[in-house]
Amino acid sequence: MTNDITLFDRQTVRRHRDRAASTFADHDFLHREIADQLADRLHDVKRTFSTALDIGGGHGTTTLHPAPDTLVTADLSGNLLRQMPGGLRVSADEEFLPFGENTFDLVASTLSLHWVNDLPGALVQIRRALKPDGLFLAAMLGGDTLIELRRAFLEAEAETTGGTSPHTSPVADVADTGALLQRAGFALPVIDTDTITVTYSDMFALMRELRGMGEANAVAARSRAGLRRDTLFAAAARYQELYADDDGRIPATFQIIWMTGWAPHETQQQPLRPGSGTTRLADALDAEEQATGDKASPKR
Amino acid sequence: MSDEKSGIDPKLLEILVCPLTKGPLTYDRDAQELVSEKAQLAYPIRDGIPIMLVDEARQLDAAS
Repeated sequence: MTNDITLFDRQTVRRHRDRAASTFADHDFLHREIADQLADRLHDVKRTFSTALDIGGGHGTTTLHPAPDTLVTADLSGNLLRQMPGGLRVSADEEFLPFGENTFDLVASTLSLHWVNDLPGALVQIRRALKPDGLFLAAMLGGDTLIELRRAFLEAEAETTGGTSPHTSPVADVADTGALLQRAGFALPVIDTDTITVTYSDMFALMRELRGMGEANAVAARSRAGLRRDTLFAAAARYQELYADDDGRIPATFQIIWMTGWAPHETQQQPLRPGSGTTRLADALDAEEQATGDKASPKR
Repeated sequence: MSDEKSGIDPKLLEILVCPLTKGPLTYDRDAQELVSEKAQLAYPIRDGIPIMLVDEARQLDAAS
């Protein structure tokens, strides 16, 4: 399978998740937080889902209440799945979902879709796997994630090597995501964002954490030679200089993009046909109607 | 949990399709594989977990 616009190295993503599996629980605070929020959001939907799919849920932090009769957990990483106590588990690639059409009432995903090269393709597959009126609810990392780390690296690298190579992964843009949901055929699409700031003792602690949650850089175009030692230390110093608080701790921003969409169904709210209105806007506003082109005469 | 012999939960068999062709799969109990005739690929089942990844699948021989 060749694809000349491959942004992420999917095998590297899988390796990172596989490697992180055994110690994932030590670094899962962000996943736990998001999983909690996901549970809250589902609770607000006030619906019961009998068949659900959790994409990228191998970390096992997703809990759904009330629990669906059938919950399938899919993850790229076999190691993460094997750590789970049981349940229906499938090793799957978000870009090539192995599920039939009209299968699920709910597809949820906690922090995995930002590693997908072909997000539009993945969304279309998710919509097809949903039954009519099924819900898709997902959180992924957004474009403002790790802005501090990116700036520190950019400046340090320019300083030590005279060039730059991507060290963190590019992430989705909020504005694009809404359009993608719509294009993938979801009804009533909603996008909202949230920012979580975490502090660390230094940049190395942050990078250990990122590796621990399997979120290390997997950009296909990253420099294979890895990082130069002087660049790494320069970046750490720059990070401290730019962002450290009074106690010397550094902040790291995680932007969360929430996506909500429904598989279309006739019972959902529909836009009316243009021209099918039966009430005059002027009446509703209790105002005088002006013909088009006429200038409203200013009141004196 | 499913026992060693049956390998895979029947509920999964109902919903899984070939990730490449979205076509049906045949369960090969002896080999512990899910076979996609259309894609000529056999996806392994390890520890009861179907590995539905194209780069982990076994290419079927042209003869079979």
